Amino acid sequence: MNAFKHLLAGASLLALSTSANAAELEVTHWWTSGGEAAAVAEFAKAFEATGNKWIDGAIAGGGSTARPVMISRITGGSPMAATQFNTGRQAEELVEAGLLRDFTELAEKEKWKDVIRPVSLLEGCTVDGKVYCVPVNIHSWQWLWLSNKAFEDAGVPVPTNWDEFVAAGPALEKAGKIPLAIGGQAWQTTGAFNVLIPAIAGKDVFLKVYQDHDAEAAAGPEIAKVFKAADDARRMSAKSNVQDWNQATNLVITGQAGGQIMGDWAQGEFQVAGQVAGEDYTCLPGLGVNELISTGGDSFYFPKLDDPEKTAAQEVLASTMLNPATQVAFNLKKGSVPVRGDVDVSAANDCMKKGLEILAKGDIIPDTNQLNTEDTNNQLNDLFVEFFKTPSLTPEEAQKRYAAIIASAD
Amino acid sequence: MSTSGNAQRRPSQLFRNLNAKVASIPMILTALLVFLGGTVWTIVYSFTNSKLLPRLKFVGLDQYERLWSAPRWLTSIENLLVYGVLSLIFSLVIGFVLAALLDQKIRFEGVFRTIFLYPFALSFVVTGLTWQWILNPDFGVQNIVRAMGWESFTFNPLYDQDIVIYGILIAGLWQGTGLIMCLMLAGLRGIDEDIWKAARVDGIPMWKTYLFIVIPMMRPVFITTLVIIASGIVRLYDLVVAQTSGGPGGASEVPAKYVYDYMFLAQNLGQGFAASTMMLLSVAIIVVPWAYLEFGGHKRG
Repeated sequence: MNAFKHLLAGASLLALSTSANAAELEVTHWWTSGGEAAAVAEFAKAFEATGNKWIDGAIAGGGSTARPVMISRITGGSPMAATQFNTGRQAEELVEAGLLRDFTELAEKEKWKDVIRPVSLLEGCTVDGKVYCVPVNIHSWQWLWLSNKAFEDAGVPVPTNWDEFVAAGPALEKAGKIPLAIGGQAWQTTGAFNVLIPAIAGKDVFLKVYQDHDAEAAAGPEIAKVFKAADDARRMSAKSNVQDWNQATNLVITGQAGGQIMGDWAQGEFQVAGQVAGEDYTCLPGLGVNELISTGGDSFYFPKLDDPEKTAAQEVLASTMLNPATQVAFNLKKGSVPVRGDVDVSAANDCMKKGLEILAKGDIIPDTNQLNTEDTNNQLNDLFVEFFKTPSLTPEEAQKRYAAIIASAD
Repeated sequence: MSTSGNAQRRPSQLFRNLNAKVASIPMILTALLVFLGGTVWTIVYSFTNSKLLPRLKFVGLDQYERLWSAPRWLTSIENLLVYGVLSLIFSLVIGFVLAALLDQKIRFEGVFRTIFLYPFALSFVVTGLTWQWILNPDFGVQNIVRAMGWESFTFNPLYDQDIVIYGILIAGLWQGTGLIMCLMLAGLRGIDEDIWKAARVDGIPMWKTYLFIVIPMMRPVFITTLVIIASGIVRLYDLVVAQTSGGPGGASEVPAKYVYDYMFLAQNLGQGFAASTMMLLSVAIIVVPWAYLEFGGHKRG
């Protein structure tokens, strides 16, 4: 009984002391792989340095598992203090429903418009002239990661573009390697296809299909070529039976697979494994064919809260995330590019420097998350996960279904 | 009745058993508001183009047209049919045979009953994950048989699009038949010992006694069992998610998963509602005629 009383007293003391000192903010995200967790720890460290407390709400299983949980918490009336979404249209309706906080004032005070580049990032956060989120990184999908060891074992030179990679496929297979690693999760197959579009058919076709939702272009000969390439990718990835993207990346890291089409977040995994770009692995932006990158990424949204203390702390968190030092620390671990143009990225490795160069040249395309609704993305997922696992589904037939999805997209 | 001698009016039908009626009000309200209200609400909103949040913008039958032209939905329905029919047959047959065997007054009956019923105590997710390992070609059955010397042995249902649904069926049966066995066993125990004696005196073979006397007498048990199995079939979801997540290549998708994915992942409530309305419809098609036969028409003592 006595012990219980002590416990109670202790607990109330604890409650008192924390409420006097600092606000506890629960932040939800789906960054759970090694590289991602290391990156998010940088945010937590920087935020706790301001005297507040970061409560980590990591949700395992990737964005598709995490987003329903986040959305139902926000719509269900028990919101977290801040949450990750991909930069784009995922939180569109939550903003329209007035569930998220407007950060226009802070954005103007800290001149986000001037420091965040490219401008499309902040535009993704802006609805009716008001800013609703903080972009924290730039991720691009258009990368082919190659294992130098795998090609050495197979006795072929490391390819410099997609065609050479396809040509090296049989040699890799002969050496007992999986030429192309693709995880079983649906978004990975769709992602790989969406990377093939600008590489094979070019930027204009990509924009026609996803920005204008032009069904004719989607049914046209350029996309047919992309489906041919996807057919190659399907053949080369037939033996890859892992689920998560980082398991697939691990196949490349360990040299069991030749390569993987994955966004630049894969870089964080190479880093955690202690691999060096150019020596242990090679990266080809735009699949080495058409060097351009998309400017997607992650943004943090802040639901409206009743507690004034937490509300104040939300602002602290928002500016901490955009703080130049935090931006560099976070993005180096994450393998992504900082959203600020005015920070020192000399510590970046070869691959990230390539990305920064392309970004500086302005060879960028919007991310599919910015162009498509989740509904369209999900329909594409259904199609491509079937396409990549069903050899009997012909490229022609798949293209017909693809065009129908694009036609109905809004 | 005759105790109240004076010519007072009989209390109206409405106020008889007043306490019982008051007590049941919460349940009636729950049924009306939650079940019926929720159902009607879902059906109404299935005719709208609600996305992440429900909104009343009617689009007619658009959601249904899209639903029935979606290859994934058609695969889901096909899988549900295959799983449903086979699960119904095998659950009943295996459950009944096991129960009949246990009913032979064998030794350690309690032990066997516990062993058979035990899988039912596990959640579908645990069952699914366990069977995912057992059926995994690199670690499970295939690997063991190959290690014993049969090099060409192939058994990887979860990685083969054509038979993946049977891999799920195996796990479903392993989990579910124990309960069916227990229900059947309870039914068998309810059969009067004298019937068995009479059958034996008449020289009727045992299998004939089961088939033509015992089973018809167990009709209520069978009906309960049927309802339990059928509801398990329609709500099939967690097993699929745990075992295959709908893969490989969407070959093991089921309707409940379609509903979840479109409501929460694709942020398209309208489409999810349309799919769940179709599920409700299919349940109604099965349940309503049965309920009519069972409860309507003639009242039995």
